[in-house]
Amino acid sequence: MAHESKWVTWISHSVLMGFSIACIIPFILLIVSSISSESSIIQNGYSFFPQQFSLKAYEYLWAHWSELGRAYGITVFVTVFGTAASLAMTSMLAYPMSRSDIPLKSFWAFLVFFTLLFNGGLVPTYLIYTQVFEIKNTIWALIVPGLLMNGFNVLLVRTFFMTSVPPALIEAAQIDGAGEIKAFYKIVLPLSAPIMATIGLFEAILYWNDWFNGMTYVTDPKLFSIQNILNRIISDIQFLSNNSSLASTAGGAMAELPSTSVRMAIAVIGVLPILIAYPFFQKHFIKGITIGAVK
Amino acid sequence: MGSTAKRWKRFAPLFLLMLPGLVYLIINNYLPMFGMIIAFKDINYTSGILGSDWIGFKNFEYLFKTSDAYIITRNTLLYNGLFIFINTIGAIGLAVLLNEIRKKFFQRFYQSIIVLPHLISMVIVSYLVFAILGSDTGLINKSILPLFGLDEVAWYSSKQYWPYILTIVNIWKGIGFLSVVYLASIISIDTEYYEAATLDGATRWQQIRTITIPIIMPVITMMTLLAIGRIFYSDFGLFYQVPMDSGVLSETTNVIDTYVYRALMNLGDIGMSSAAGVYQSIVGFVLVILSNYAVRKFSKENALF
Repeated sequence: MAHESKWVTWISHSVLMGFSIACIIPFILLIVSSISSESSIIQNGYSFFPQQFSLKAYEYLWAHWSELGRAYGITVFVTVFGTAASLAMTSMLAYPMSRSDIPLKSFWAFLVFFTLLFNGGLVPTYLIYTQVFEIKNTIWALIVPGLLMNGFNVLLVRTFFMTSVPPALIEAAQIDGAGEIKAFYKIVLPLSAPIMATIGLFEAILYWNDWFNGMTYVTDPKLFSIQNILNRIISDIQFLSNNSSLASTAGGAMAELPSTSVRMAIAVIGVLPILIAYPFFQKHFIKGITIGAVK
Repeated sequence: MGSTAKRWKRFAPLFLLMLPGLVYLIINNYLPMFGMIIAFKDINYTSGILGSDWIGFKNFEYLFKTSDAYIITRNTLLYNGLFIFINTIGAIGLAVLLNEIRKKFFQRFYQSIIVLPHLISMVIVSYLVFAILGSDTGLINKSILPLFGLDEVAWYSSKQYWPYILTIVNIWKGIGFLSVVYLASIISIDTEYYEAATLDGATRWQQIRTITIPIIMPVITMMTLLAIGRIFYSDFGLFYQVPMDSGVLSETTNVIDTYVYRALMNLGDIGMSSAAGVYQSIVGFVLVILSNYAVRKFSKENALF
């Protein structure tokens, strides 16, 4: 028995250790590649053990900091503003829906819920945002389409309000003369910090990682986020390898094509903030995964 | 009547709170639903969406005459079916193993590492894959294949390898996340079952087989059915970014989502792309309804509606 038990523990550890290494190792390759010298990459490819280290890639990025710094600024702004706006809109929609006395209660619930089951798809969405709202090449293009609020979060927050905010508290506040809106932000919101933190974290990750809106609605390099710069570089490489004679005319966010190590260095600075911050929020992230799953 | 007006007035502040969210749902979700009519029109920009001529199902006729329609449907269904199958089994396996690790520190440690790939954008993932598979500088071509005396492979122009590559990337990115979900339901199992089984002399393997798996079976069935309901929708980033939008690979990497995107953005073919989009929306909707119906039959409280 004890013998079998040991076996199970041993197998569990080795499988999980193996998969953990598989999860980490590509990032190590990325980081090592970014500090490998150009000549060792050209000779031996991206490798865990380059013949020669070099910080040339990062010197190059430093020299182009005006473009990258700008992209960083855009990413940070979009993440902060988008997350804040998303939390505000989500909770403001969810709270009235959670009230048992709201008129048309099931209609509102259906209105939100139906968006989870059915959507019009990319083409009408794209045409409406570009033709009707003329969102192309504005900062709103990075914030609004698809990301600003989703029905799933609204329903999650609504359920939280219904189960964790005692209606007696709201009534008491109203007897004390607080209006509906005051009761909402003085009583309901402070009690909802846990769910707000979880949703805020997931929204922030969504915004930080988003490249789709930039790729779809933004062509002006001045509005590129970090993800869009990365995206542009990799498609330029693809473009160049197919049309090498056009190498000199291919422009974009960066006038000259980054060399093999610079490519990886940009990816490193794109992913590093997340890797550094991860230990601090991993607990909430894992908790959030399970909250989202059980609806 | 007077009391209705009074009631609405009392709730006016609450409706005011709802307003921004409702406006957003209308712009972002409901207008595009009505915009689906463009698939039945011959869109020209000067007359606008409403002013363009109706052409019935012409766009759909064109779409289903091409071989693309078959390829993208096949790829979408086969890939997502395969992903559901492998990820479910793999994630349950990992969750069971995670649960067997009694030391909390290690359990947390493994959990936080294996969900890490889920946190990374597909653009970064495409860089990681490029570092490994790139033709001239990739790890496999330069370090691994020579070790076995094998020739270099032009991964980004050899379509036969991509079903494997995409499946591996999908597992790498998603399986840890899914296993944390399953672990949560395993942890909630009453420990008394295991204590009783241990007293009866059951081995840990027997406990996994006769207690853990049967108890979480409803969760497994529900998650799988819901995933099947979404089988017509693909992870766009996986199929667009990871193969680097390479046209040579399209036979094995093109799915409905990428087809719609390319038809709209690269070719500007509104007719074809909107027809494919409507095809996806309608079939996708029917599948969601059917899978929910199946979940409902099986366990009412887990159904979406």
